Amino acid sequence: MQDFTLANILANLLIATRWTIALSAIAFFGGGIVGFIIMLMRISPNPIIRTISLIYVEIFEATPLLMQLFLVFFGISVLLGLNLSAWAAATIALTTYSSAFLADIWRGSVEAVPRGQWEASRALGLPYIKQLKRIILPQAVRMSIPSTVGFAVQVVKGTSLASVIGFIELTRSASSISNVTFQPFLVYSMAALIYFCLCFPLSLWSKHLEKKFSYEG
Amino acid sequence: MEYTPQFSVVWNNLSLFWQGLVLTLQIVVVAISIGLILGILGALGRTSENRVLNGIAIAYVEFFRNTPFLIQLFFFFFGLPGLGIRMSSWQAAVLALSINFGAYATEIVRAGIEGIDKGQVEAGKALGFKPMQVFRHVVLIPALGNIYPALVSQVVIAVLFSSVVSQISAEELTFAGNYLQSRTFRSFEIYLAISVIYIGLVWFIKLVAFLIQRQFFAFTRYIR
Repeated sequence: MQDFTLANILANLLIATRWTIALSAIAFFGGGIVGFIIMLMRISPNPIIRTISLIYVEIFEATPLLMQLFLVFFGISVLLGLNLSAWAAATIALTTYSSAFLADIWRGSVEAVPRGQWEASRALGLPYIKQLKRIILPQAVRMSIPSTVGFAVQVVKGTSLASVIGFIELTRSASSISNVTFQPFLVYSMAALIYFCLCFPLSLWSKHLEKKFSYEG
Repeated sequence: MEYTPQFSVVWNNLSLFWQGLVLTLQIVVVAISIGLILGILGALGRTSENRVLNGIAIAYVEFFRNTPFLIQLFFFFFGLPGLGIRMSSWQAAVLALSINFGAYATEIVRAGIEGIDKGQVEAGKALGFKPMQVFRHVVLIPALGNIYPALVSQVVIAVLFSSVVSQISAEELTFAGNYLQSRTFRSFEIYLAISVIYIGLVWFIKLVAFLIQRQFFAFTRYIR
């Protein structure tokens, strides 16, 4: 049997980290696209569309991510007779999870744009789409960047739950290695450190952006 | 093959779900209570002049906010026995949840402390308030009012995170669902029912929080 040295363990954890990063990136961008649509629905003038998107956000923000993973991986696959891979299930669950939170963050930024900006652009005769595209969103995007980066940290941490349905990323790999080496203390410490190295720079960046924008604003 | 959902598995096991919900609430209430104390201590450290205390508080907050809860949980449950510290799964679950909540609460409470304007305290004194009255009406209650919404969101997150402790076999709502699922294979019905229970719980907490806010912290509308 192969003997695990410290370097071996670290190398194996780092290999698995690729999948943590890949899943985070896909979930974040997928969540961004869906979240953007939900955000547009949330600020829509139509009350029915607003309510539907509100319910979407409230439901996904009120269920544990773990439960969403279980529902997709075990539940939906049974219900629809699909054989979803752990990879597909994790992507779907993390995308919906991210989309709800991002939609909420971005809606907050859009609503923080002063009412007068809507009225002024309307008075200038801009149609709704142009009001959004030219006047409101450019201002909202600036305000939303710090919290969006901050949420990326939640996504990276959230991917650790994909280990539960058998997706092999950093946490899953740490569990397997600790089962083989009988050194859980060491292995989980190292895994935690790797997560920290992924998340901490994002947190610092988010804090930095927040300060920068608040001084300029 | 057509799959027909049969929700009888849910109706026949309501008592199991109820037990799970009660266990979840127990874990969350204990963890939030300990976590709040940690958060207040952490905030005192974060705002203190003492560099060592400040450094410890920063390290605590940053480390636990930048690592996944699942890894923290595994570390406490599987890792710490390597140092001779053994815990039951329930103890490890409560410990991990408390420490995690404490890290977020530290930042929230710190913002509350730093949000109190010195001029307000002076104004209170100038109006002839006694020191205790100043502390109560000018410092404590407005600070609580300011941090209240953030604290409520964090409580909701703690409820949602508590489902993760099922992974070290701590018994709570999600664990009850996994248990039932492994016996009946009715995964869709069971996890849907559990999701609905979580949603109900979270909405209930939000409703109570809203009523409390309206009753006690209505003034925050005027000072913003």
